[in-house]
Amino acid sequence: MVNTILIVAGVFMVLGILLSLFRFIKGPDITDRTVAFDVMTVTSISVIGLIAYFAGRIIYLDVALVYGLLSFLSVVAIGRYIEKGL
Amino acid sequence: MSIILAIFLGLVILILAFAAIYHKNIKVAIIASGAVGLFASVLYLLLAAPDVALTEASIGSGLSTIIFFYVLNKIRQSND
Amino acid sequence: METLEIIGALVTLLGSIFIFLGGLGIVRMPDLFNRIQAGTKASTLGTILSLFGLAIINEAWIWKLLVIIFFVLITNPVSSNVISRAAHFRGIKMTDKTVADLLVDKSNKPGEE
Repeated sequence: MVNTILIVAGVFMVLGILLSLFRFIKGPDITDRTVAFDVMTVTSISVIGLIAYFAGRIIYLDVALVYGLLSFLSVVAIGRYIEKGL
Repeated sequence: MSIILAIFLGLVILILAFAAIYHKNIKVAIIASGAVGLFASVLYLLLAAPDVALTEASIGSGLSTIIFFYVLNKIRQSND
Repeated sequence: METLEIIGALVTLLGSIFIFLGGLGIVRMPDLFNRIQAGTKASTLGTILSLFGLAIINEAWIWKLLVIIFFVLITNPVSSNVISRAAHFRGIKMTDKTVADLLVDKSNKPGEE
C-alpha cells in the first residue's frame, strides 16, 4: 500500500522533470533556461529522497544535501553573471 | 521499477548532452553541461554508488560551471 | 503504526502533485516572471512536503530530513530572487496584464548595461 502510493508520487515527480525539460529546450532566453534548471534540480532532491527510501540507506540523504548546496551555488553564479559580472 | 527510472534518466542525459553540443549560444551550452552532471549524479546514486555521486555532483556541476562562467566573464564580448 | 505510514505516503503524494503543478506552470505561463513565481514557489512547497512525508514514514531519518528541509527553505527563495533581479536588469519585457513594477522606481533605467 505504502509502496504503491510512493511509486505514484515518483511518477508525478518524473512528469514534473519532463515538463521543465521541455521548457529548457524551448525557452527563448537564457533566464527561462535558468529557471528550468532550478526547478529540475529542486525536483531531483525529492527523487533522491524516494531512492533513499526504496534502497533503505540513510547515507543517500547526504548526497541530497550536497546536491542542493551545489545547485544553489550554480544558480547564484549564473544569475550574477547575467546581471553584471561574476 | 528502478530500471524504468534509469532509462528515463539516461534519455534526459542524452537530450541535455545534445543540447550542450549543438546549441549556438555558449551560455546555454554551459548550463546544459551542468545539468548533465547533476542528472548523472542521480543515475550514479540509483546504481548504488553514493561516493561517486558526491564527487560527480561537486565536480561536474558546481566547480566546472563556476569556472566556465568565470572564464567567460574574463573574455566577455561587447555584443551579448 | 500502519496508519501513520499511510498518512506519510499521502503527504508525499501531495508534495509530488505540487511539483507536477510547478512543472505545468513553468510550461503554461506567458511571461518570465510568472514562470519564476509558478515554478519556484510550487517546487519549494512540493519538496518540503515530500521530504516531510518521508520523515513521517521512517522516524529514524527525521533529523537529517529536517536539515535538508531547512536548507531548501532557506536557499530556494534566494536563488529565485537572484534570477528575477538578473532578468529585470537584463530588460526582459513583462506581459501586458502586469500592472505593478516596484523595482523600477528605486533604480535607474532597466535594461541599460
